[in-house]
Amino acid sequence: MTAVGAASAATTVPETPRSLWSDAWSALRQNRAAMAAAIVLGILVLLVLFGPALSGYRFDKPNWDEIAVPPSLTGGHLFGTDSLGRDLFTRTLHGGRMSLLIGIVSTLVSLVIGVGWGATAGFLGGRVDRLMMRIVDILYALPFMFLVILLMVLFGRNILLIFVAIGAINWLDMARIVRGQTLGLKQREFIEAARVSGLKSGRIILRHIVPNLLGVVVIYVTLTIPQVILVESFLSFLGLGVQEPMTSWGVMVSEGALDMENAPWMLVFPAVFLAVTLFCFNYLGDGLRDALDPRDRSGR
Amino acid sequence: MSATPLAMLAPALLDVRGLSVTFATRDGPVHAVKDLSFHIAPGEVLGIVGESGSGKTQAAMAVLGLMADNGRVTGSIRFEGDELVGMRDSFIGAIRGARIAMVFQDPMTSLNPYLTIGAQMGLVLKRHRGLRGYAAKAECVQLLDAVHITDPASRLRMYPHELSGGMRQRVMIATALLCRPALLIADEPTTALDVTVQAQILALMAELRVSFGTAIILITHDLGVAAGTCDRLIVMKDGVCLEQGPIDDCFHQPKTAYARELLAAVPRLDAEPIRARPAIAEPVIRVDDLAMHYPVAQPGFFAKPKILRALDGVSLELRPGETLGVVGESGSGKSTLARAVLRLVRPTHGTVCLLGRELSELPENEVRESRRDMQLVFQDPLAALDPRMTVGEIIAEPLQVFESSFSDKEVTARVAEAMAQVGLDPEWRNRYPHQFSGGQCQRVGIARALILKPKLLVCDEAVSALDVTVQAQIVSLLLELQARLGLALIFISHDLAVVRRLSHRVMVMYLGKVMEMADAEELYRAPKHPYTRALMAAVPIPDPRLEKTRVKALVKGEVPSPLAPPGGCAFRTRCEYAVGQCGSEEPGLVEVGTARVACWRVGEI
Repeated sequence: MTAVGAASAATTVPETPRSLWSDAWSALRQNRAAMAAAIVLGILVLLVLFGPALSGYRFDKPNWDEIAVPPSLTGGHLFGTDSLGRDLFTRTLHGGRMSLLIGIVSTLVSLVIGVGWGATAGFLGGRVDRLMMRIVDILYALPFMFLVILLMVLFGRNILLIFVAIGAINWLDMARIVRGQTLGLKQREFIEAARVSGLKSGRIILRHIVPNLLGVVVIYVTLTIPQVILVESFLSFLGLGVQEPMTSWGVMVSEGALDMENAPWMLVFPAVFLAVTLFCFNYLGDGLRDALDPRDRSGR
Repeated sequence: MSATPLAMLAPALLDVRGLSVTFATRDGPVHAVKDLSFHIAPGEVLGIVGESGSGKTQAAMAVLGLMADNGRVTGSIRFEGDELVGMRDSFIGAIRGARIAMVFQDPMTSLNPYLTIGAQMGLVLKRHRGLRGYAAKAECVQLLDAVHITDPASRLRMYPHELSGGMRQRVMIATALLCRPALLIADEPTTALDVTVQAQILALMAELRVSFGTAIILITHDLGVAAGTCDRLIVMKDGVCLEQGPIDDCFHQPKTAYARELLAAVPRLDAEPIRARPAIAEPVIRVDDLAMHYPVAQPGFFAKPKILRALDGVSLELRPGETLGVVGESGSGKSTLARAVLRLVRPTHGTVCLLGRELSELPENEVRESRRDMQLVFQDPLAALDPRMTVGEIIAEPLQVFESSFSDKEVTARVAEAMAQVGLDPEWRNRYPHQFSGGQCQRVGIARALILKPKLLVCDEAVSALDVTVQAQIVSLLLELQARLGLALIFISHDLAVVRRLSHRVMVMYLGKVMEMADAEELYRAPKHPYTRALMAAVPIPDPRLEKTRVKALVKGEVPSPLAPPGGCAFRTRCEYAVGQCGSEEPGLVEVGTARVACWRVGEI
């Protein structure tokens, strides 16, 4: 009776199969901001992967003759050099590798744990649900900085620890979101239909619950990656993150801030890269949310 | 009825000419209403009937000036001499609510849950009539009284959730009438209500129309409802008005093939031969004294949970090829019965025996083996299908559980066979549920249920969400499949008329208990329980002559909360025959002829 009803009654069954994903994809393609963000992100990823090898400089080799050279198009250092004479272009891209890697890996870790934990708790419900969510509450109560410092003290400084620490915190959010969604999904008739068909709980979770959660999860992932990159920057800024000669955008911003008056390029280039990346992920996340949210499927 | 000659003389209150409503969508423009012209005189009741997507609601929305952003209205709508199309929103706002009022389908979603009834009614009075304080309150009380709400003054302090569904709809009607509108638009006002309550609301609207002199546009999918209430009728399909005229002509001399088809599809209480029971055979399922009680937590830390007796002492037996119709209003426990019979919930008491195998005590993983013999068809056809899977995957799913040795080729062949069986083109197996219509989705659901060749099929309101013509097709399909496969069917519905065509026997339930169980022929010819009679009286007959002269014994009140059912006979609070004994002792089922009835006074009435 609404516009949707009128449209679906007027059209007969379309010739080609059209899944919800392909619908979402066509909606996303019409969102210019999101598509632009996706393209910029793609270019960034390519740059970060292949740029350092093509620049002709090593990211960790100091050059005492060219300390803090300003950026120039002709002088060989496009972004200038840092206070140890290392090529800033190479280091920015290399740092980007680390930042993106931390962002993506930590998010994937939290994704796998969070989705598994949340979907199981939500689907089984009752006592199991209560126990599992109380564990989440307890972990929430641990102060994040305390956890990081504790891990550093126990295991020494290590990149892996940052992944673990960030992942260990982030999956809690994911688990809560997924559990909430699962509780809603569980009420839907197709889940009961699956039980009538004789499916076991594990299989219902894998075949019916998780695929229907993916829309929400994908949105959350694109919004989590920039958040994780920021957390890493913050840790590095405090000196708890990535160690020399390895670097990340967070480390570079922190070091650049010290020399801001004399050599602003040391701050500007990594900061711009960081900001552009965060922007792009946020725009992409917004676009995905609009494309995947079933409530916005009017006019079809 | 008496309004018709008057209406002919009076000038039109609303005159709609060449109305078109178009929505701009991603797939191009959708024409929801095409070139619709009609008029309505003061005090007249105009029915607009049509199936979903016919544009009947959009036509009314256009009159109210309520359009989605992508909608465009063209043509002319003159109301009391003013042109509404193209009028500024602020002017339409003054007319809407004051001169034209609206009553929606679902009273719960149209009332603000955070405001008391009195506050919501007060808002209307303040906006349109400038009334406040005592004057406003007095006006509200007067109108609540007019819609027969008892103790109106104290109801004003209540919130919507504290009222029953029928009461909420009465409040909605009272609110709509606050400004004494000249025109009331009622969009499916009784669709969300139980049949007995529907009959009460329709009677109320007929009464108010006389006392307030309001013209009514009644939008409905139910021809029976239209037959009893309307003076004139518009039949719409795909946005086009196919038929328009006095109600008697539309029903008795329909001009278009579609109107005839629509009329033929409506299930009727008073037509069609009833099916004879199949020969005696070993029963497929035997249910004995089944009960399902849920503890319901009460507010307060030390409060004891109350026991919700969703199902109490139900016994039944079903032969191959036999259909049992289960009828009851909301809260009657019919869905719980379906879930307990299928062992989706573990019954509190009683036994379920499927093909000689006792299921009620088995653990879940052993029940699973019996799932291939019993299947369920759901109410909402689209919601019962996983939106991320193709139709072929959905239908194949039970096979993958029970026939894991099947090769891909065998699975595809079986899916194709199942799809053909329910009238779907096997070529469509790669499409997704949202690409199909409601009726097609229900066919997918039936194909999935039948792919394992079960012996028992339970249909829980399986046709209630469908349009009448589609409903008739699905019922025909079920009849055909039953004849071919020898299925035992449990067919659950709130509507006695729908059940009639399929059932060999009918069970009438109320608040979790069986009131009457009889052969269909017997039950429809001579209902014995007062509740069965009340249900029959409440079902509207799609024949204006019969419907308008029928003397209806309307049952009073609404279904009580299952958490606090009346003691003794559950129906006694609404029963016109109730005596002292009904309150003190619960009647058991006694044999009366071929029927079994739970009523103390069955011999006398």
